[in-house]
Amino acid sequence: MSPHFTATPFMGKTVGVTVSHLNKQYGRNVVLTDISFEVKPGEIFCIMGPSGSGKSVLLKQIAGLESPTSGEVSLGEFAASDPATRDRVRLALVFQAGALFNSLSVYDNLALFPREHRLGSEATIRERVRHALAILSLEGAEKKFPSELSGGMKKRVAIARALVMEPQLLLYDEPTSELDPVMSATLTEIIATLREQTAVTSIVVTHDRDLAFSIADRMAFLMEGKLRGVGRPGDFKNPSDPKIANFLNPVIDLKNPRFKQMEHSHE
Amino acid sequence: MRYLNNIIGHIGGTVLLIFRSLAFAGTLPRQFARFMDQCYLIGYTTLPIVTILSFFIGSVLALQSGYSLENFGTKQFIGTLVGLTMARELGPVMVAILLAGRVGSAITAELASMRVYQEVDALVTMNIPPERMLVLPRLAAVVCMMPVLALIANICGWYGGALVCQYTHFISVDSEAYFNALKAYMKPRDIVDGLIKAEVFGFVIVAVCCYIGLDTRGGPREIGASVTKAVVASLILILVLDYFVTKGLLMS
Repeated sequence: MSPHFTATPFMGKTVGVTVSHLNKQYGRNVVLTDISFEVKPGEIFCIMGPSGSGKSVLLKQIAGLESPTSGEVSLGEFAASDPATRDRVRLALVFQAGALFNSLSVYDNLALFPREHRLGSEATIRERVRHALAILSLEGAEKKFPSELSGGMKKRVAIARALVMEPQLLLYDEPTSELDPVMSATLTEIIATLREQTAVTSIVVTHDRDLAFSIADRMAFLMEGKLRGVGRPGDFKNPSDPKIANFLNPVIDLKNPRFKQMEHSHE
Repeated sequence: MRYLNNIIGHIGGTVLLIFRSLAFAGTLPRQFARFMDQCYLIGYTTLPIVTILSFFIGSVLALQSGYSLENFGTKQFIGTLVGLTMARELGPVMVAILLAGRVGSAITAELASMRVYQEVDALVTMNIPPERMLVLPRLAAVVCMMPVLALIANICGWYGGALVCQYTHFISVDSEAYFNALKAYMKPRDIVDGLIKAEVFGFVIVAVCCYIGLDTRGGPREIGASVTKAVVASLILILVLDYFVTKGLLMS
């Protein structure tokens, strides 16, 4: 599939994101510690890190789904945790598992946002939905229900649903996880082309090296809840930080496997 | 102490959910399709079981009271006893218990599953308040459907009692005498009080089940745990509220 996009009209300007001194803990479990970075409007910013490093939690703070324990996340000039911000900044989040509404067809999943916000007549909404479906090569899937879709199709429907929203900020949570290499490459192309055509600010949480290095304007490494580095992809081609180097280029050593080393370190 | 704190927290959360949902009451006309869906689920799909159970509850009530009243020579009041008991107590309570078990559990399972699989988070990011889309239509539907269900339960119970009185040899009170006794001592107020009780029970059950569903965190196991919690909480609340609402209505 080669994506052919036509520019979609945006309701407002794209927004930047500022995260300053963000801390998040659940009870006594500290998940994020003193995270600060800035994402410029129109940028593709990738947040990389191993599983369990707090990437998805960070994304939830940016999306305003959770409030930080301390520190602040701003979308443009508005606090992300303030519910009123959702009336001012239109953001879309592509969830890792799609989070499609299982009781609704693909068409109704996409039409939900414009219908609920009364963005035009049913004919206008139909046009908008069909346009988003065409962008992601999902023609013919309108009447299907999420349970009838493959993992790759669910992700594409989730992106199409985000597109229908015409967002100012687009957040992706592990968009290529559980996908085959071809589908991963396709989604990577889609994310880059969407930004190119619509100038939407995109934050991509991923541990997919290929995706991050091929489309990111800038990237950040999150490890054990702390930010290890922020920079351009070129800055991390030969990283000086051993943890980042180990994450990006893990060496498979069958004679001295990692899990054995972990066992020894626990003894 | 921690347990008490949890209970107070849940009560506060449910009350807050009710107010947040009612704040969107103005959007109800354009949510008419969702409202009708919920009316179908709460009203129409519950109707067969309400009809059957209330018929047999009325029958058993007549049977038991016929057996007891015969000793006092007051069989002619069976109609009054069945009529009043069904209208004021058993009709609304039984419909509420059925609602908790059948509809309340389904509501909690659906909302808990939406929460666990991030559909509720998706709604929030789309700036669609879950209270507006998921809770308000259910509350509105239960308010409309509960009196209807309770009234049907009353009527089925009365007729169940009449049938038993007519055809049970040791009672032998014919239908005409049964309904004359029922009408003679029952006031419209008795029926209205029962409908008010049904309304209160239904509203509280749906609010509690919605709250517990939306408050679910974790995975599939927690969905099951939430359903159990919602049904148990609803049953306890029905019986506790029954006492207070009945007392309030009798004193008013």
